[in-house]
Amino acid sequence: MYRYDEFDAAFVRNRVAQFRNQVDRRLDGSLTEDEFKPLRLMNGLYLQLHAYMLRVAIPYGTLDSAKMRQLAYIAERWDKGYGHFTTRQNIQYNWPKLPDIADMLEALADVGMHAIQTSGNTVRNVTADHFAGAAEDEIADPRPYAELLRQWSTDHPEFQFLGRKFKIAITGSDNDRAVTGAHDIGLRIVRNDAGEIGFTVLVGGGLGRTPMVGKVIREFVSVGDLLPYVEAILSAYNSYGRRDNKYKARIKITVHEEGLDTFRDKVEERFAEIRPQFTGVDQEVLSAIETHFASPKWRDAPVDAFDATYGTDPVFRSWADTNLSAHRAPGYAIVSISLKAHGATPGDASADQMRVMADLAERFGHDELRISHEQNVILPHVHKSDLPLVHTILKAHGLATANIGLASDIIACPGMDYCALATARSIPVAQDIATRLDALKIEHEVGALKIKISGCINACGHHHVGHIGILGLDRAGVENYQITLGGDGTETTEIGTRTGPGFAYDEIVPAVERIILAYLDLRDSEDETFLEAYRRVGMAPFKNALYGDSLKGSQARAA
Amino acid sequence: MSRRFTPKVVTANDLLLGDVIYLTEQDTWTRDHSKAELIEDEAHADIRLLFASQQAGAVVGAYLADAKPGPKGPEPVHFREAFRARGPSNYAHGKQVDARA
Ligand code: SF4
Repeated sequence: MYRYDEFDAAFVRNRVAQFRNQVDRRLDGSLTEDEFKPLRLMNGLYLQLHAYMLRVAIPYGTLDSAKMRQLAYIAERWDKGYGHFTTRQNIQYNWPKLPDIADMLEALADVGMHAIQTSGNTVRNVTADHFAGAAEDEIADPRPYAELLRQWSTDHPEFQFLGRKFKIAITGSDNDRAVTGAHDIGLRIVRNDAGEIGFTVLVGGGLGRTPMVGKVIREFVSVGDLLPYVEAILSAYNSYGRRDNKYKARIKITVHEEGLDTFRDKVEERFAEIRPQFTGVDQEVLSAIETHFASPKWRDAPVDAFDATYGTDPVFRSWADTNLSAHRAPGYAIVSISLKAHGATPGDASADQMRVMADLAERFGHDELRISHEQNVILPHVHKSDLPLVHTILKAHGLATANIGLASDIIACPGMDYCALATARSIPVAQDIATRLDALKIEHEVGALKIKISGCINACGHHHVGHIGILGLDRAGVENYQITLGGDGTETTEIGTRTGPGFAYDEIVPAVERIILAYLDLRDSEDETFLEAYRRVGMAPFKNALYGDSLKGSQARAA
Repeated sequence: MSRRFTPKVVTANDLLLGDVIYLTEQDTWTRDHSKAELIEDEAHADIRLLFASQQAGAVVGAYLADAKPGPKGPEPVHFREAFRARGPSNYAHGKQVDARA
């Protein structure tokens, strides 16, 4: 695991001390809110609907048991005993008090964590595949590159005041689990014909008000060219991007308005200028970083215990079938711990649960944990012989829900229960859909289905790339939910298509149910997933299931 | 006046705790929407908002929110204000707990 070097540690401590002072000055009246707000945002502190919210970065979603235990401690000591894991691999505390924030930041710094660059028009927390370093299908571990990018962008003088926030995601395998097609810059690790590792670089992806799929700006960028190339993109964006209109300031608009080829020319021009300034120091830094991400020493042991339990315990079998993924080391598995118990708030974990997960990581998981953008927690390296016991412990703490990748594994942003920008609630919609699916007992039959919910057009819940996407809006003073179908957040990124008119709060769960039942009716076979079926039959049958009679009714009235 | 003025309350967040507060007729702040001052006149609303905005040492982001009279006092009109007045829907945290206490 990467440890901050002395420079980082001093930098973070310094920022905490500065912020403590700034809070004091706000409280004694020497700073106005207008002066204070940008300072608190720089330290991850937002003012939400009901309280402040502290957003803590978990770089590339990687943490160890000590960090997880500290997150639990902070939740208990200064918040309401839980934390919310977000789609950006961050954790948010929903109830901190202003006078406590500096202490919370201090406690984070004790374990090398911070809340810097979780807000503002900077390069944000670089996100990565949550199976990094573990996945069987991985070409290379993306985290050393994510860390290199983090070090390079943290407090980079040229990029503290970008036109807008800037998000980079990186994946190390052909199966894109980091939604790289929906980021300002998406990096996909590939091998060229010579067998060398490099990156396919996508640019201009993003969700929000104007969703766009990232476009490949360069098929292959070598490892040595990575930083100068990314810097060239940022620099071209910084000089050509629009600053006249907040909604037009993202790089996706620059790329869209200028055209990919023109933008590429500008990037290449900048790259030619910048490249000579990178004399190899970055590569030395990278080598040093890489040593921190060396693989754990794998255990060579029989897996009989796993096989026996798998054969005899149907609850374990069901969990193993949905929540385990293939590991690159023989005898190992990747465990996804679902934070989506039916009816619970997606992404929330209590302090007790955090401690249980930390203990499991320490005892059985080479002391590693990951947070996924799908708001679950991962134990990336567990030997299969330990899984029956791991499962038993998870079960005892409400953490053994067997639904990873299924319809109740819903991504939902905080929505109008917390977020000041929201136009409607999303959490209770997710809770009710999951509860309903559990009552129907159909989700295992339905199979792979991603439902994603956002409480406003900003799309933190990634609704555009949900197989079923739900967007909560305010329509004339009532909550209204728009549905999109066919979105896809993987390497075949696709923006979902709207079904038609939205649904009221009490109509949205039945509407989703109708879509799912329609799919069960029309699929070719049990093997045809929802997304495949949608791609085959298109929108019409789902529209019919959603609006059938009412559409006919309104047409009849109109006639 | 050509348009009828929709009654308002002055609301903000508390500087220390961040929770939702309302301005009362007595120039104090309450956590309870029904104890807020219901302002029925536009000119008075401006004065009250100005007053609230000057209390920078206690409140953040004061604004006028639509409200209507109810049996126990002013009630929120828009659902956003109703949620602000009540607390989140997924846990009994915030106002709904404080109200019981
Ligand atoms: S999508 Fe909107 S409501 Fe949801 S967290 Fe983002 S800004 Fe808030």
